[in-house]
This record gives sequence, structure tokens and C-alpha cells, in this order.
Amino acid sequence: MKILVPVKRVVDYNVKVRVKADQSGVELANIKMSMNPFDEISVEEAIKLKEAGVATEIIAVSIGVTQCQETLRTALAMGADRAILVETSAEIQPLAVAKLLKAICEKESPQMVILGKQAIDDDSNQTGQMLAALLNWPQATFASKVTVTAGVAEVMREIDGGMETVEIKLPAIITTDLRLNTPRYATLPNIMKAKKKPMDVMTPEALGVDVTPRLKTLKVVEPPKRKGGVMVADVAALVDKLKNEAKVI
Amino acid sequence: MTILILAEHDSQQLKPGVTNAVAAAQKIGGEIHLLVAGNGCSGAASAAAQVAGVTKVLVVDAAHYAGGAPENLAPLMVGLASHYSHVLASASAYGKNVMPRVAALLDVAQISEIISVESPDTFVRPIYAGNAFATVQSTDAIKVITVRATGFDAVAATGGSAAIENIAAGVDTEQSKVLRQELSKSDRPELVAAKRIVSGGRGMGDGDKYRQLLEPLADKLGAALGASRAAVDAGFVPNDYQVGQTGKIVAPELYIAVGISGAIQHLAGMKDSKVIVAINKDPEAPIFQVADYGLVGDLFTLVPQLTAAI
Ligand SMILES: Cc1cc2nc3c(=O)[nH]c(=O)nc-3n(C[C@H](O)[C@H](O)[C@H](O)COP(=O)(O)OP(=O)(O)OC[C@H]3O[C@@H](n4cnc5c(N)ncnc54)[C@H](O)[C@@H]3O)c2cc1C
Repeated sequence: MKILVPVKRVVDYNVKVRVKADQSGVELANIKMSMNPFDEISVEEAIKLKEAGVATEIIAVSIGVTQCQETLRTALAMGADRAILVETSAEIQPLAVAKLLKAICEKESPQMVILGKQAIDDDSNQTGQMLAALLNWPQATFASKVTVTAGVAEVMREIDGGMETVEIKLPAIITTDLRLNTPRYATLPNIMKAKKKPMDVMTPEALGVDVTPRLKTLKVVEPPKRKGGVMVADVAALVDKLKNEAKVI
Repeated sequence: MTILILAEHDSQQLKPGVTNAVAAAQKIGGEIHLLVAGNGCSGAASAAAQVAGVTKVLVVDAAHYAGGAPENLAPLMVGLASHYSHVLASASAYGKNVMPRVAALLDVAQISEIISVESPDTFVRPIYAGNAFATVQSTDAIKVITVRATGFDAVAATGGSAAIENIAAGVDTEQSKVLRQELSKSDRPELVAAKRIVSGGRGMGDGDKYRQLLEPLADKLGAALGASRAAVDAGFVPNDYQVGQTGKIVAPELYIAVGISGAIQHLAGMKDSKVIVAINKDPEAPIFQVADYGLVGDLFTLVPQLTAAI
């Protein structure tokens, strides 16, 4: 079976972003960009399923600017077989991403799409569920263990009160949580090999998808700063502050 | 304007977060209805009818709504949506699982984790792990929204007297099935609703030490227990203890961070707490930048002292 793995190029998780002075967004010039950490987990899971003989081909997909090719090369170096870039410099919101991925699913007929549960830039946590809706496929979100046998996937999910195990019929959507696996690093020979793996480039127009944003961002501002606190010398001083100053105990 | 809120429940009680979503709906304005979907959920329906400010509770009771399967819930909600201007849920794992599916079927955007209502079509939501706040305006006819509980003070859970209306169940898609749930059992308050939280990180060393040190302190304070991702990944505590960008978002009156460095992803989940205490042996730890009271030293000495002193 084929597995499709969407990967997003985002500001690296170690970077503390700064809001632009004109409040139009966050500063992205000269900032380190990386693959969304949850998407690395998705790529790793797909590779594991291929190594286990469950999957036969892994297609990495990215949507965005030309530089997303780097993100796709990373996925290829980790072990994806080929890549598709839907190239656009427009703002693409989750509903539009889901529509583009649906169009690709219709061409490629994967049995499974593995997505990160959220992207660490917009923190939306929507695309996988939306794609499942548009394809009318079952979904297992926030996965921390995936087992595939004869047309069904058993997925352990992280939920608010603990864990839940669901069984979904394939084709299906899975979104990954942090504890599903530890993504491998691409080795140098694999990075070299990845340069020769096929990459198709297409546009939203060619896929026939209207990507007009539905949400208008009016402004982006810094969150209110916390007032600086104080260091206390010992436990007695702390307890005194909590009782008499903060009055929380 | 009429607003529909998907109410999460355990068949008997509503989950924390529902009353915060009602508060957000009140800010939007208009009549407020709750949807209770489940199997044998009449207890939860009665609880929903008592929530202040709610005028109607829609109840759908059928076996295939037991596990909250989004494949069944989303089409049901889409069928109801044309009567509403806004469809809300709290931004819990349950709400996040279902609401994007509802939005996509309606061909509208979903607005995630709002923390403020500016007008009926304009909302504020955190992005980049809470390091920026975006004000977004929806151009869609129906607004599908998840509500971050910490952004809105909960309305009273009692005092209301909404009408309860049973509605017909939708089809069972049979696309998914819940095989089992392993829920953490605890007598402590739920993390997201707790007034006090004691949270431990990698510095705790292991799960036994986490429990030996932090449980007595939490007992004394009547606090919930939380953790950093590192503590969860290392197996000290179950996954549902995780506080942060990708865990639970909390804002208690008192948050005590013990052996937690204060990575941005952790701060994203707790920096709106009213009073933050940090205990860490590293005076340079970033957690001290958000702490109201910082105590530098070895947690294995300081935590037992603190427990004894309060
Ligand atoms: C995509 C993504 C999502 C993430 N989501 C989350 C999330 O939701 N929540 C989250 O918490 N993290 C999250 N993280 C992880 C985050 O980046 C940090 O790695 C994590 O928070 C670190 O946990 P920690 O503070 O317990 O561990 P460390 O950073 O290792 O800190 C341990 C601290 O303990 C102190 N210490 C050690 N021994 C003692 C002692 N004896 N006495 C006193 N102090 C001591 C040390 O000085 C240190 O400051 C995420 C990361 C990524 C990439």
C-alpha cells in the first residue's frame, strides 16, 4: 500500500519568534526553518510501516514556497520514496491544505495519510481531521501507537484522561502525537541519494483547488508580558510570600 | 444569532471546559444551545440543562455516539448547523478531534483555541506556542470554533433551566470503533480545572521520586499533578499529565514547577497561571523568567521542606 505523508516547513522549534513592528505577522526573514516536528514523526512512522512490509511506497507532499523542496529532501533522505511539491507563495489555510491533499489522494490512491497532529507555527490542529472529512475516511488523531493488519489499523490515541485504542478501516487518516516514535536522522549517504529521488512540482490551479483564505488576519501582537518576579532565599521566605503577599495558600 | 455548543461529558457529568465555552458564547451574544451526544447520557443532559445561560439542550442518545466517534458526530452536527450562526466546542482532545471535521463538511474554516471574542466574527487566538496573538476575522457564514478554557471564566454550572429536546440519531458509519480506554484514575482535581497545580520535570529523576516528593505536596495543597514533556517521555507519569503547547493548557491560581527548565513549549501551557513558583538548581533556568517566586537549590531538599512548612 501507498502512504502519503504531508510535511510542512515551519520556523524551527528552538526559535523564539518576534512579532513584526507593523503587526502584520511574525518576523520570518533570516530565521531557521525546519520540518514541523510532528511531521518528522509521521515520516518515521511511514518508514517503519515500510520496513515492516506493510507499506510499499511513501510519498512526501509539501505545500508552499520553493524552499519547501528542502523539507521534502529531508523526508526523502529519511526514507520517503518520492515527493510532490504544490508550489505557491499564497497563504494556505488548513481547509485549503486539506483540499489540495484530497486532490492528490484522488490521483495517488494511498491507503493511508499520516499527518502531524498540529503545526507548531499556527498551532491549528485541523488538517488531518479536515482531510478525513473531505475524503469521507475514518480518522485516528493524536496517535501514540499504530498497528496495521489486513485492511484495518489499530491506533492508540492520547486523550485528555489517558489512552484510547480505536480500530479504523483503511483507507484512513492518522495524525501523530509526540510519543509515537523517535524520528531518525538522515545519514550523509542517504542525503546524497535523496537528491536523485523524483520530485514532482505542481500548482494549486493545476489541481483545480480554490485556496482563497477564509480567515483574515487583522493583526498579530505580542502577548502581554508577565511582571518580573523575585528570587526568595529559602522555603520559609517562599511560604511567607505565598501566604501574605500572593495570598494563594 | 443562535450558538450551538458540543458538550463533552462522561454520560453523567459535563467535562470542565463546557462552562468556559458557554462563557465565550455569551461574549459572542445570542441564544445558546448545548448538544449532548452519547449512549445513556441522560445524566449529562440534566447537568447541561442546569448550566447558566443555556436555553435548550439537544440530546441524541444512541450506541454509536458512545465513544464520541467523529465519523458519526460530524455528520450529525452538520445536519444541525444550518440553524446556527456559530458552532463551538471546548479545545479539549474531544473538541479538537471533531470540530475540524465539522468545518470541512460545511466548507468553512475552523478557528482553533480562541482566547477572546472581539465581535461575532472576530477572535483572538495564540500562535507560535503562545509567543504571538493573532486577531482573525472569519468570512464564513457559519463560524466553527474551539474555545481555550483559560481564556474565559466559566459560567455557573447550576441555576439554569433549559428545555431538553431529544433529537433523532444519525447513521452509524461504522468507520471506527473504540476497542478500549485506559483512563488515569485519581482522586485529585482534573488538571485543566484545578486551582493549584504541582508539576514535575526531568529533574525529578524517576517516577518513584516524582511520586514520593510531589504527591505529599499536592495532597497538602489539594492540588492536581502535572509534568513536562520530558517527565512524560521518560515514563515518570502518564501522558495526560503533560502541560504545554501540545499537552494541556492550564491557568491555575498557583503553579509550582519543580525541576522544570521552562522550554517555550512548556511555558505555552502554564504562563497564564496567576502565581508561578519555580524550584530549580540552575539559577539561569528560563522558568525563572516567568516565575513570581523563584527558589534556587536542590529540589530533593527543598520540596520536603516546603511540604512540611505548609
Ligand atoms: C514539537 C514539540 C512539542 C513540545 N511540547 C511540549 C509540551 O507540550 N510540554 C512540555 O513540557 N514540553 C514540550 N516539548 C519539549 C520541550 O522542548 C522541553 O524539551 C521539555 O519541556 C523539557 O522538560 P524539562 O524541563 O522537564 O526537562 P529539562 O529541560 O531537562 O529540565 C530539567 C530541569 O531540572 C533541573 N534540575 C535537575 N535536577 C535538579 C535538582 N536536583 N534540583 C532542582 N532542579 C533540578 C535542571 O536544572 C533543569 O532546569 C515539546 C517539544 C517539541 C519539539
